[in-house]
Amino acid sequence: MTNLYILVIFMALVTYIPRLLPMVFLKDMKLPPQLKVFLQFVPFATLGALIFPGILTSTGDIYSALAGGILAVILSLVKANVMIVVLGGILGAYILIMLM
Amino acid sequence: MNKGLEFKNGLKAAIPIGLGYIPIAIAFGILSKASDIPNTISIMLSMVVFAGASQFVGVNMLSLGAATVEIVMATFILNFRHFLMSASLSQRIDERTSKRFMSLLAFGITDETFSLASMWEEKKLSPYFLLGINTIAFCSWNTGTWAGLLLGTALPDTLQNSMGIAIYCMFIGLLLPSMKKSIPVLVVAAMSMVIHSMFKWIPVLAGLSSGFTIIIATIAAATLGTILFPEGVEN
Repeated sequence: MTNLYILVIFMALVTYIPRLLPMVFLKDMKLPPQLKVFLQFVPFATLGALIFPGILTSTGDIYSALAGGILAVILSLVKANVMIVVLGGILGAYILIMLM
Repeated sequence: MNKGLEFKNGLKAAIPIGLGYIPIAIAFGILSKASDIPNTISIMLSMVVFAGASQFVGVNMLSLGAATVEIVMATFILNFRHFLMSASLSQRIDERTSKRFMSLLAFGITDETFSLASMWEEKKLSPYFLLGINTIAFCSWNTGTWAGLLLGTALPDTLQNSMGIAIYCMFIGLLLPSMKKSIPVLVVAAMSMVIHSMFKWIPVLAGLSSGFTIIIATIAAATLGTILFPEGVEN
């Protein structure tokens, strides 16, 4: 059992250290402009990779995932706030799951 | 703006994260229980590791009898993507924030908190705003874990499955407005999707850990973006 506690501590450490180091050390550092631009693009690149293709398998079947995803895309294009986009997406997926 | 208000704004902004985390955390609690992991361990995992995918992988590997070293390595690889997010976020937080406060905020970096904070309009982010986001994320993840362990039953299947899309819809709601406004953002995000799909669908490349493929897609797309648009996001 102690074994499991040690495992949790190590999992926590290897997760926290990469989260911690850049936040603390890059904060006051003068970074080259190209690196700054790169870091500016990171959130958009991350979001792209997080959304696709993961969304296709998020509900257990591709049809409800597409229904929810397409509804979310439409809602966000008409500038609905994020909460509405999320609720709309869930609803879209829910309806399709119920229909099938 | 004052600290209390910033904090409250963070709490409010993070409600979609809470909505997305609770069903996943419940599922984690249930899976943990079904794999005969002691409750204290599952609770500790959510409290001190606080990284969804790696917790699922960890519990799964444990039940398959994997060695501690293997599980720790897998966790490291899966979660190393937060290094990039932390680097990006470090440039956005108010410079006057103390290192101590920054280390607290660093603990709360997840795909979701990072995305939400990064897409916020203000150029410089208040640390209290971030703390608010992290608080909702942390509390909902841990509450969900407890609920899964104690109740042992998930939400009804239809609801659980349809809520699986919540986090993705939040990502869409965060990303699309920026893609519409800026060509560089549009190109970088689209390239990242294509590159990530290649890693999932091309047989030779498939099989890499998803934490790792997200890192590769992010670095590749952001690098191409830097080459194509050296001026950055704003044109």
